[in-house]
Amino acid sequence: MKPILTFAPAAFSPFVTLAAEPGMSSLDYPGGSWSPYVVGALIGVLSMLTFYFSNQPLGASTGYARLAGMIGRIVAPKHTQSLKYYQDNEPAVDWEVMLVAGVILGAFVAAWQGGDLSSEWLPPMWAVRFGQDSLVPRLAVALLGGVLVAFGARLAGGCTSGHGISGALQLSVGSWIALICFFLGGIAAAMLMYRT
Amino acid sequence: MTTRPQSREDSRSLPLDKGGSEKDTSEQKKVSTKQLVLGASFGVLFGFLLQKGGVAKYHVLIGSLLLEDFTVVKVMLSAIIVGSIGIFSLHALGLVKLHIKPTRYAANISGGLLFGVGFALMGYCPGTGAAALGQGNWDALAAIVGLMVGSYIFAEVSGGLENTVMKWGDKGKVMLPELVKVSLAKFLMVWIPWLMLILFAVDRLTVR
Repeated sequence: MKPILTFAPAAFSPFVTLAAEPGMSSLDYPGGSWSPYVVGALIGVLSMLTFYFSNQPLGASTGYARLAGMIGRIVAPKHTQSLKYYQDNEPAVDWEVMLVAGVILGAFVAAWQGGDLSSEWLPPMWAVRFGQDSLVPRLAVALLGGVLVAFGARLAGGCTSGHGISGALQLSVGSWIALICFFLGGIAAAMLMYRT
Repeated sequence: MTTRPQSREDSRSLPLDKGGSEKDTSEQKKVSTKQLVLGASFGVLFGFLLQKGGVAKYHVLIGSLLLEDFTVVKVMLSAIIVGSIGIFSLHALGLVKLHIKPTRYAANISGGLLFGVGFALMGYCPGTGAAALGQGNWDALAAIVGLMVGSYIFAEVSGGLENTVMKWGDKGKVMLPELVKVSLAKFLMVWIPWLMLILFAVDRLTVR
């Protein structure tokens, strides 16, 4: 909840100067309530715990794939069974599905405890850029983004947690390549959305 | 100390392995109730930390892609530094098995770039999207539906992709020390201080 002067980042980032309008810089909004270094270090410790107790690296994206497969098995059981991915990865509630469910609950507890519950349909920064009445576009873009993220994660072999944290900390070459590409693609798209 | 990431079973750590190698004998991992409870518990901790770190917030994630807000970089680098030291230490003691992800150049790059574009549109990634929902960002619901749809679309074409893109530049489970041909211990002695230096520089040069 530290107040950040809107003009302060201009000295550091050439892009912020384009966003002189109030609310157009991400720094106009509150950040995390804990130090990012403490949070990061604790996520590192959490990785050790998941390796030791569950023989699993932290990874979020496969949970969604299994959930999708479970729905697919209800709607089109034979077809879902015929897909290569679901032959290799059984669509069932497993460790990763429970992990994602836990994340939702844990984030709720943290936000509730810290008085940080947002309860909003439109992210404020999106609303400043695309208008207060842009709920339908926001949901459509979020859905499309989700499709690309999940497809990309499955193709690349992991997401920001699976590759970006668990894979990167184990020095996987592919994970570092994927992580760099996550940011390259993301920076290009975000600049187009917010800085053109 | 040398690791053999190419082999599926990591022989040197087996006698003391408490990571559940005996349960892993079949390819299909047995899902015990205990592991489901553990998964949920680790998820609660993960979600709690993501929210407290601020990385469940739309503007913090978009801000990282606009190169304004470096919270994500700080969280990730800290996690990588602590996790690397911790997990390789546990592995040296024979307490855990490694889970090196395969390196497939074409798939890592094309999938990574697609993921990145989707990340900017969605405003969240798979883990932080779940955290965003828990925090009360209801637009994450649409994102989560998209994640499931995208996963299923991938499954639809998974057979074809595995015979093409996933095979191009498939190097197996390669680790950075093998690329530069030094031992893991020597590599870490340079790599970890290097990451810490980057983290220190990011801390000095950024507003947030």
